Amino acid sequence: MKPAPFGYADPTTVEDALDVLAADEGAKVLAGGQSLLPLLSMRLAAPTTLVDINRVPGLDGIEVTPDGVRVGALVRHARLLHSTEAAAVQPLLGRATANVAHPAIRNRGTTVGSIAHADPSGEMTSVLALTDGSVTVATPGGRETIGWRDLFVGPLETSVHGPAVVLDAFFPGLPERSGTAFAEIARRKGDYAVCGAGVVVTLDADRRVSSARAAYLSVGLVPEVHDLSDAVAGKPVDSADWAAAGELARGLVDPDGDLHASADYRRLLVGTLTERTLATAAAEAASRAGAGQ
Amino acid sequence: MTTKLFGEPVRRREDARLITGQGRYLDDIGSSAYAAAFLRSPYAHARIVDIDVTPAVDVEGLLAVYTYEDLVGPMAEPLPVLIPHPQLTSPRTGFPLAKNVVNHVGEAVVMVVATDRYVAEDALDKIVVTYEELPVVVGVDAAREAVHAVHDDVPDNVAARHHQETGDVEPALAASPHTLSFTQYFERSAAMPMEGKGVHARWDDADSSLRVYTSTQASTSVRAAIAAKLQLSLEKVEVIAPDVGGGFGVKIVHPWPEELLVPMAARLLGHEVKWSEDRREHFTSSAHERQQRQEVTVGYDDDGRITALDVHIWHDNGAYTPYGIIVPIVTATQLVGPYVIPVYRVRVESVFTNTVIVTPYRGAGRPQGCFAMERAMDRIAQERGLDRAEVRMRNLIQADQFPYDHHLTFQDGRPVVYDSGDYVGLMDKLKALVRWDSFEERRAEARARGRHLGIGMAMYVEGTGPGPYEGGHVQVLGSGKVLVSTGLTSQGQGHETVFAQLVASELGVPMEDVEVTTGDTRRFGYAVGTFASRAAVMSGNAVALAARGVKEKALRIAADVLEVDPGDLEIDEGLVQVKGTPGASIPLRTVAVLSNPLRYAFDEAAKQATQFAGPGDDSKPPVAVGDAPGLEHTDYYSPVRSTFASGAHAAVVEIDPATWEIDVVDYAVVHDCGNVVNPMIVEGQVHGGVAQGVGGALYERMAYDRDGQLQNASFMDFLMPYASEVPDVVIDHQETPSPLNPLGLKGAGEAGVIPGSAAIASAIEDAVGRRIAAMPISPTELYDLVRSDADQVSNTKTGVLA
Repeated sequence: MKPAPFGYADPTTVEDALDVLAADEGAKVLAGGQSLLPLLSMRLAAPTTLVDINRVPGLDGIEVTPDGVRVGALVRHARLLHSTEAAAVQPLLGRATANVAHPAIRNRGTTVGSIAHADPSGEMTSVLALTDGSVTVATPGGRETIGWRDLFVGPLETSVHGPAVVLDAFFPGLPERSGTAFAEIARRKGDYAVCGAGVVVTLDADRRVSSARAAYLSVGLVPEVHDLSDAVAGKPVDSADWAAAGELARGLVDPDGDLHASADYRRLLVGTLTERTLATAAAEAASRAGAGQ
Repeated sequence: MTTKLFGEPVRRREDARLITGQGRYLDDIGSSAYAAAFLRSPYAHARIVDIDVTPAVDVEGLLAVYTYEDLVGPMAEPLPVLIPHPQLTSPRTGFPLAKNVVNHVGEAVVMVVATDRYVAEDALDKIVVTYEELPVVVGVDAAREAVHAVHDDVPDNVAARHHQETGDVEPALAASPHTLSFTQYFERSAAMPMEGKGVHARWDDADSSLRVYTSTQASTSVRAAIAAKLQLSLEKVEVIAPDVGGGFGVKIVHPWPEELLVPMAARLLGHEVKWSEDRREHFTSSAHERQQRQEVTVGYDDDGRITALDVHIWHDNGAYTPYGIIVPIVTATQLVGPYVIPVYRVRVESVFTNTVIVTPYRGAGRPQGCFAMERAMDRIAQERGLDRAEVRMRNLIQADQFPYDHHLTFQDGRPVVYDSGDYVGLMDKLKALVRWDSFEERRAEARARGRHLGIGMAMYVEGTGPGPYEGGHVQVLGSGKVLVSTGLTSQGQGHETVFAQLVASELGVPMEDVEVTTGDTRRFGYAVGTFASRAAVMSGNAVALAARGVKEKALRIAADVLEVDPGDLEIDEGLVQVKGTPGASIPLRTVAVLSNPLRYAFDEAAKQATQFAGPGDDSKPPVAVGDAPGLEHTDYYSPVRSTFASGAHAAVVEIDPATWEIDVVDYAVVHDCGNVVNPMIVEGQVHGGVAQGVGGALYERMAYDRDGQLQNASFMDFLMPYASEVPDVVIDHQETPSPLNPLGLKGAGEAGVIPGSAAIASAIEDAVGRRIAAMPISPTELYDLVRSDADQVSNTKTGVLA
């Protein structure tokens, strides 16, 4: 389990990084390395050059505005997990990163890196989708913003091709009178989720459910967001039938089976997690609405 | 008086070294060694058509490439069948490098040696092997059906038919008031030590000698194997087990191909060579255990007392049988547990499959046997409407029935005679510990929270400390330091602590003065190995006997100097003194100096032993006839048969019916390993065993597909439990000393793992009211089970189905 030979570059500007990537079609960006390095060691990936962006200044910021949270490419999961400023604007960030693997992995792995890796069982890919977020990508032609729907193409596959560096991810803030919750079921604590769900519930001014949306982990080829409002919209927050929303969700997903869970079992978990997280998120929304937020 | 050490929870003296990175594991040795790496078969069953190594030759840093064609003499022969048995009628072993055919994914085909492991793997990437695929046999059922054969010349795939019986079972079953029959399955898992295997070899050309470090449980036997295979004289081969990061059975198998090939390469290249197994190799090239299909028929009376038991097992032994039929024998003989079984017949068909070999993994066939027996107990209880604990109680061997002869033959070739025990005592303690009789209140409380709570139990008897022997050497130096060595090896159990405790205790010296060496053939050449919960029983008694020999000699010499009777002397804190007479004493270190009459003084202490130091008796030779210089003694312990430890476990599981997650909320253990040398170490052994038991019950399996590809050959998908998955364990001890050995010890190493699957299956069944007929079980499987037409079962009138 030793990597095949590869070149190594540690540019100090994004432009230099792009130059190396442009000069070598087999080059790959290295940030936290928590997914890439095991693939290298197992020789499942053999990039010709690793472009280590850890020495590029300016990529390690968490920028919090009332509109949302912009997370730089070198921000480790652990920093986002502990950012109270970020949590105040978008509580899903802390709640989801708490479910990312174990502390050692959270200390090195980057949130943007896990999004660029596009693993459908990744927490942050789902949160990007659920919050209707986007990424900023630098290419030799300039910088562009790519929304999550255009970004995720398939398992471990994004629409970003050619020489490119994902500079940051932007997670819009939580709308008012809204609450969130995030939960997963894993075989062992910290493992990839067998199934996970993140939800946002928004109430109207009369404390009735206005919308309920959920994103799931490990149930599809790319992150999926489902609008479950039909099951609960218009109901007073205290009497909404979250089980009906869970039932609706079970019908909307089409998971696959693998070693750890059958498709049927995943569908069961989608229902259970939906019901449980929606109830939690609704309670939070009610409390925030009551507090005039 | 010296602080009492035997029985005290002395802290492990090796821990500070090991947890601060001061350990010396295999990969810490030989930083300038060349690296070996292996090309392994990607197919489960295939004929090797061609091996083309030429594309690799250009890799810079490649030093050598070896295939079967390069093996000469005994190296070209099949690997040894370590434990022959008359019932092992078709033993098969592989070659160090595959010859013509590969029989499992991961079998070694080519070895390369290069300047480092990176280069070695680069070279492996370029070697082209052409295979012709052959039909693949995976799983006991496919092996049993024998549509295809693993080995051409074994068309029924049966390596061995192991058969024992204590009477005529069929009439006994026919005469039984009730019988029930069932079939169940047990899945594969594996030892998975933190440190994989590894070998470092250094050839001394001038001396024509070889030093080998290997991460093994049996260094003396590896030494013999290397000497035989490489045609070296035994005294030219040294084998040392350095710090070993866990064994759990997989490292008792030897010689692994790498243990022969790496020394071979070191000798041929005249340079140190090292191989460290990586995790992927460990999954597909070491050993697994535990898959069985069990067909059980049990007869019993109205009160639930067993009248006859007939068991037919199909045991998956993987592609080869280097370790013989030890696992089938252990299952067959340990299945009966603590119970009176008037008539018992067991038949085990040990069958070949195109998978990794099956050799002992902690428990070594016992978890499967316990699963068969204990699940039968649960079924009898359910059928009779009796409490599960009560049915067990009615069948237990009673305290006045020891020694109890089961009329079976154990893995050591000796009779299964239980030496001592108190199984009723175990059950009483277990029921109290887990509050068995008040469980229904807890179940009701959980139900009010929307959770299914269930409780289960399982008992076992474990034959431990099998022979043939171990030895110990104890030597007191002139510095006062006490050197202890024994040939068996250590893999983290705490032997340094326990053997030091025993010797300090026997000899009357401070424990700090005692240094322990294990598994080094330079220090002790005769040994068997560490397996079958035998280290404390075998080497513990051996070093204690050696210490007694040293003490006897020390008292004799001191008595001469002090002009007293040896019987009036004692040793305390390293001082030999006249009992009750303060001041009349001589330090043990001085006795050590005097024990070796000297001509030359090399330091102050040595002067005392030289010829002009003082008046001597010039009518006698300096070293008496029959005596030897030095304050040292070697002794051996060889038991007449194994000693039988025992225990009882109970598990409480809580199940969420919305996710079918299974949480082990309580785990209780009552454990009897005879006299306890160090309760902290015994409890550590139990904790580790329970962790592996929980792993085997709820998390671990070897997921082979039909093509014989292991689908989960990494720690990402092979779910060894983390600390977060292992329950807190409450332990109660019971001590029924073994009458078979001087210290009254029984083994403790494997106990914790044995009843895990049986107890947890019982608890889950109790929680969900559905029959469990296969372990392990995961949440997704439990979800399938509760929706299936599996039998509904109830343990009590207030059970889940009431």
